Amino acid sequence: MPDNRPTRRNFLKTLSAGTLGGLVFAATGCKREVLDEFLQKHFREMTDEEKKQVIRRLEKSYREKYGLDFKVGTTEAVPNTLWGYGLDLSRCIGCRRCMHACVQENNNSRAKPQLQWIRVLRLKKGNLINLEQSEHYYNPETVPEPGFIYMPVQCQQCENPPCVKVCPVQATWKEPDGIITVDYNWCIGCRYCIAACPYKGRVFNWAEPTISREEWNTDVHYLGNRPRMKNVVEKCTFCVQRARIGRYPACVEACPTGSRKFGNLLDPSSEIRYIIENKRVFRLKEDFNTEPKFYYFFSI
Amino acid sequence: MEGWRFFKKTLMLVVKGSTGYYLWCAFLLAVIAVGVTFYREQLDAGLIVTNMKNQVSWGLYIGNFTYLVGVAAAAVLLVIPAYIYHFDPIKEIVVLGELFAASAIVMAVMFVLADLGRPDRFWHIMPFVGILSFPQSLLAWDVIVLNGYLALNTLVPIYILVKSYYGKEPNKKFVIPLILLSIPWAVSIHTVTAFLYNGLSARPFWNASILAPRFLASAFCSGPAIIIIIFQIIRKVAGMKVKNEALFKIAELIAYAMFINLFLLGAELFKEYYSATIHLAPLEYLYQGLNGHHALVPWIWTAFAFNVAAFLIFLIPRTRRRLVTLNIGCALMIVGVWIEKGMGFVVPGFVPDPLGEIYEYLPNATEAAISLGIWAAGLLIFTLFMRVAIPIQRGDFMHSKYDELAQSHRMQSRHAPVPPPRPGF
Repeated sequence: MPDNRPTRRNFLKTLSAGTLGGLVFAATGCKREVLDEFLQKHFREMTDEEKKQVIRRLEKSYREKYGLDFKVGTTEAVPNTLWGYGLDLSRCIGCRRCMHACVQENNNSRAKPQLQWIRVLRLKKGNLINLEQSEHYYNPETVPEPGFIYMPVQCQQCENPPCVKVCPVQATWKEPDGIITVDYNWCIGCRYCIAACPYKGRVFNWAEPTISREEWNTDVHYLGNRPRMKNVVEKCTFCVQRARIGRYPACVEACPTGSRKFGNLLDPSSEIRYIIENKRVFRLKEDFNTEPKFYYFFSI
Repeated sequence: MEGWRFFKKTLMLVVKGSTGYYLWCAFLLAVIAVGVTFYREQLDAGLIVTNMKNQVSWGLYIGNFTYLVGVAAAAVLLVIPAYIYHFDPIKEIVVLGELFAASAIVMAVMFVLADLGRPDRFWHIMPFVGILSFPQSLLAWDVIVLNGYLALNTLVPIYILVKSYYGKEPNKKFVIPLILLSIPWAVSIHTVTAFLYNGLSARPFWNASILAPRFLASAFCSGPAIIIIIFQIIRKVAGMKVKNEALFKIAELIAYAMFINLFLLGAELFKEYYSATIHLAPLEYLYQGLNGHHALVPWIWTAFAFNVAAFLIFLIPRTRRRLVTLNIGCALMIVGVWIEKGMGFVVPGFVPDPLGEIYEYLPNATEAAISLGIWAAGLLIFTLFMRVAIPIQRGDFMHSKYDELAQSHRMQSRHAPVPPPRPGF
């Protein structure tokens, strides 16, 4: 995808970015890294060499900031892969273990506020579509509670994502394997994507994320769980750092009831394909034409 | 050389003034300083210092932005009768109206910047330098139309003013097409801003086709109402000739606009309440309260009462043509539309959120202080514009006078005739 021919647009870009950077550099007299970060290109416009440089700089800055050795991956999408997710509403007991596993795996801010990519809704039996009747903050002694079902919602990885459409700077996009990702270094923090998402699939870092030293997961991906900065948006990536090396997302592993299924929609022998073909599946808010790759179903 | 002399003289106009002028500027600067202090804190800590949350992710800033785009668009209301129908009393004040629109746009842009999480990455949105996602993102459209409108509304009045400073007629071949262009452009800035919300299927409250027409109708109420008040102030403070007739004409136009606005509101209320689908929830939250949450109810009913009262005042010729009642009507309308289009429009879009959660948002002190700072900055810009524009329009600040003065020094003659004031373009 990166095109390195010296086109006029690229020349103009380099020229103006250079001038801009030069001015900032002169004005602040700041460190080289700060300038590099300021001038960092959009991830999809970087050459492989530029990506390597950026990763080196990020790993160095994380070491300085958190005192830990992060391994920042840039693993690309596996060819002929389109990730899909299945969620068995008959089995989900509303324990929220998926949500906690997600926060830990993905280095989400822990407090003030804790950012969660999965939200488990408690619905009265007989009521599935009207989410206004749902309870987000149910807190009983034990789950499941009689008379209720639980519906976890996270980014639905739409094939037709409204969030991507509205982003004014293309800081969020659909990867070839169908995952919607964010370049945290390109996001300008306007939150238009949050307004556009019908599933509340995105959260905002209203402040610098708070994570204690021992809580960090240092195995990260540039487009996924690497440390975020304040005032940028973030979202579920189906654990891009895991999925692309053949592992299950953290929520799938954490689920004690096996309600969560994950696989390649393009592989006829995958579990997700079996579910779509043999169970009665539905997708959330299908009337929006967002074409989610997140399938709810009932096994019983 | 010439330009430098003009610049130096305008600088003098801006720097020297009466005690009242100094006090006014000092007051605005103080409000700006408070705003800047709070903004630095917001930059430092992040948007966490506001009351916005993931549930309600836009608030007072974007509400003000929406309102001010409407105010700016309303300058067109002065342009249409002035240039197309040659309605003379308005003609004289239209340049000032356009400068007011320019100030409003500057404020609107400042509100977006205040809301932006990463203003340090502003260059990402600049075309050619960064990536402006045009034509996909409506925000990209807004960047383009707002900047274009700002350019039009500064270029045209400044060109006309500079020309009259030199005692020359503006080149009509150059300026008339620009003026005509500014009319559809004004409509476009507010339409695009409406589409920004309108295109989001996730938010049923905004996803109504009536949105853009309603935006325009309410803009043509609040914007001209502000202008009526500002022109009276200018008339009193700066001795600028503004005829009452012009003010009454504007008020009459406001009455029609408010009628359309109220009618469209009625159409919206009917559709939502009669069909009563789950999409009624945001309107219910706004007008009645939802599941025990009522934060916006007193606000929206205040707005409704103000708008209806102002409509009646502007509709009845006797109250419209008396300055006291006219000004009461203006004040009611400015506040009424601000509530309806600011908080009363942005917040219900997020309540209940797409998964049915209700978070009651009201702005906090930080947001209020930063917003007031931006309003003060806009008023300061407008004041400085006026310091230069009014003397030119009055015919006091002219190149010829300067020349005569220089000549008279040379010729020792103190009786050079002063040219009569030029009518405004």
